[in-house]
Amino acid sequence: MTLDLTIIWACIIVFAVFVYVVMDGFDLGIGILFPSFAVGHDRDTAMNSIAPLWDGNETWLVLGGGGLLAAFPLAYGLILSALYAPIIAMLLALIFRGVAFEFRWRDPAHRAFWDAAFTGGSFLAALSQGVVLGALLQGVSISGRAYAGGWWDWLTPFSLLTGVGVVVAYALIGSTWLILKTEGALQQQAVRHAWRLGAITLLAVIVVSLVTPFLKGNYFDRWLTYPNILLVAPIPILVAMASYAFARSLKSGRELAPFLLTLFVFFLCFIGIGISVFPYVIPGAVTIWDAATEPSSQVFMLFGTAIVVPLILAYTGWAYWVFRGKVNADGYHS
Amino acid sequence: MFVLPEALLLARLQFAFTVSFHFLFPAITIGLASYLAVLEGLWLKTGREAYLDLFRYWVKIFALVFSMGVVSGIVMSYQFGTNWAVFSDKAGPIIGPLMAYEVLTAFFLEAGFLGVMLFGMQRVGKRLHFTATLMVALGTFVSAFWILSVNSWMQTPTGYALNANGQFISAGSWLAIIFNPSFPYRLMHTVSAAYLTTAFLVGGVGAWHLLKDRENPRSRIMFSMAMWMAAIFAPMQVVLGDMHGINTLEHQPVKVMAMEGHYQSHANGAPLILFGIPNSARNRVDYAIEIPKLSSLILKHDINAPLAGLDTIPKENQPPVGIVFWSFRIMVGLGFLMAGLGLLSLYARARGKLYHWTGLHRFALLMAPSGLIAVLAGWVTTEVGRQPWTITGLLRTVDSASPLAAPAVAASLVAFVLVYFAVFGAGIVYILKLMAKPPGAHEPEPPHIPVRTAGITPAAAIMPAIASPQGSHQS
Repeated sequence: MTLDLTIIWACIIVFAVFVYVVMDGFDLGIGILFPSFAVGHDRDTAMNSIAPLWDGNETWLVLGGGGLLAAFPLAYGLILSALYAPIIAMLLALIFRGVAFEFRWRDPAHRAFWDAAFTGGSFLAALSQGVVLGALLQGVSISGRAYAGGWWDWLTPFSLLTGVGVVVAYALIGSTWLILKTEGALQQQAVRHAWRLGAITLLAVIVVSLVTPFLKGNYFDRWLTYPNILLVAPIPILVAMASYAFARSLKSGRELAPFLLTLFVFFLCFIGIGISVFPYVIPGAVTIWDAATEPSSQVFMLFGTAIVVPLILAYTGWAYWVFRGKVNADGYHS
Repeated sequence: MFVLPEALLLARLQFAFTVSFHFLFPAITIGLASYLAVLEGLWLKTGREAYLDLFRYWVKIFALVFSMGVVSGIVMSYQFGTNWAVFSDKAGPIIGPLMAYEVLTAFFLEAGFLGVMLFGMQRVGKRLHFTATLMVALGTFVSAFWILSVNSWMQTPTGYALNANGQFISAGSWLAIIFNPSFPYRLMHTVSAAYLTTAFLVGGVGAWHLLKDRENPRSRIMFSMAMWMAAIFAPMQVVLGDMHGINTLEHQPVKVMAMEGHYQSHANGAPLILFGIPNSARNRVDYAIEIPKLSSLILKHDINAPLAGLDTIPKENQPPVGIVFWSFRIMVGLGFLMAGLGLLSLYARARGKLYHWTGLHRFALLMAPSGLIAVLAGWVTTEVGRQPWTITGLLRTVDSASPLAAPAVAASLVAFVLVYFAVFGAGIVYILKLMAKPPGAHEPEPPHIPVRTAGITPAAAIMPAIASPQGSHQS
């Protein structure tokens, strides 16, 4: 039996990226929504709902990046140099919002500045991640083993569309997190946000899905030719059903369902992207097998990963369990 | 109009800037984590409250430094790809797994235990808390282990083969890669440097508070412990540095030539150039003050041993001599000053003046940042000394870079400089404020509310809610 280590590693990286997107997604989303909350109790509560969790969430970004270098070094170099500007913008943005958690309380005199850093950083990080997604989907020009495009290639209407889409989607999942975690006026505000953001996110998903098959590459074949169209049809159907269920759950005042349904839509979008690009890591140019590292390196790393990642997952699960329930301006209730 | 320098130079400057900034934080946390473990251990053993007060005083500073180390470290894990795509591609199969192990092991140890260490004293009991502190200290060391293994492999590559894509891959044994020839020396020298960095920071803070109040027992303990470290570790570091230097001479002789300013070969004993101005255009050190034969004595332990100079090396394989020459002297100079302070403190201790000699305290205060400066100078020496290679003898820096446009790198360099100075500048101000406060009796735990960053751990944050039951149950 030949066990394809490259597939295993692709799954590990995709898993890390997905976990990152959903987990940092809601805390970046709260950063994006932050200015809409009243200074004082509401902002402190919103921040407290994520304060104990955000840095654990960002662990997955490091695991994803480090894992990509280790498992797919060619893709790591190509993607990061091709998407230089949005990646650097994301890193700088994450620094700002990361320290804002710490500095905001330590230095009340400059709270307004660190609040702005928190929002600006969250917004820019989300926008950059969306731009990276769009720029990858539209393709990166490569010659040999090097990036061959210019330093503004990533900037197109499509990448801006995906950028804005991710900002809105993160804000949506942030608002559903607050529905789950808060009560009273702040929760009501989060529900209103969720209605609006849910509608815009759905619109963004639809527009991106309609545009993608007409980008260069074989997306059209994957989605819109027979018999593929039958195989992929469940994805848009499930998105539609989830959206309907989402609206109903908001209407009936459910607290957990909106968050889980948003997660489910994220998951469906992820599957959709996977259908579009597999087996490429850089669409149309580099497959996962082209980019894969040596088998000996794959095996060597798999030992550590197989031991530590389940531990981190268990630990993370435990932390979310500990922090279940409502939060207020003083922190989590025990 | 001025012309922008090449993208390569800008990319190097950017990497140098971000890695130097980042390096300051782990240089402190590696030593400080161990110091905290020692303090807690002493408290458990002796029961003296002063040790616990000191632990609580320094753990607050540790938390801040650690969080800045984490966010600046995220940048590093992506910069290999943004600026050094070709290097990432070619060296990825070797350095990737080592760095992945760094992430995995360090995250595991830190994620598991940092939170307990920061907030969990009442929650988990003394013994488990002490274990957590030890594990965090171990975690910082394991981090250093992997990162320095990667760096050492780039300095002295072994155990590799080349595949059809021109990538460096394991030739079979990962141990041969991890334990490459310069690694043990670099690890010892760097970890010892991190301990000294912490010792002089602690000593400087202790000295500052002794200058204001000689009687504060906590300031006295701080200062005394730091001076013991200085007296023992600073001379030891001179020996470790010498061993590292001899190892470098064996594996990277060109770097040593640049450090020593040896443009010419010396058939019959090379002089030690103390000072002078390297002049690479004329292949000589201007205004050199030198001691005959001493370089051969230090490096070869034989005053008449011949030493080859840069005249035996093609120009395109030579590092920039000036930077290496000067950064090496800054490091060594500070090292001897550190040892001097250590010895002076022994004298003061013997005369019973350790807590009363204002001059000694002023000297220690002045030396507070000496470890940080020496660490950076040493880093510059070893990294610039490796040039023009990223992997010694195998891959040139010029062949490692991403195909980037100069304006892109220039813009991002400016952004990094602005953001780092603003963000970490603020962080450093907050640290200095904490250090300016005298260590008091019954030093409070870190502020309960609200729950904040805890490095990368979720557990950290659960503790405040439990530690302050009166604060979180209403509503």
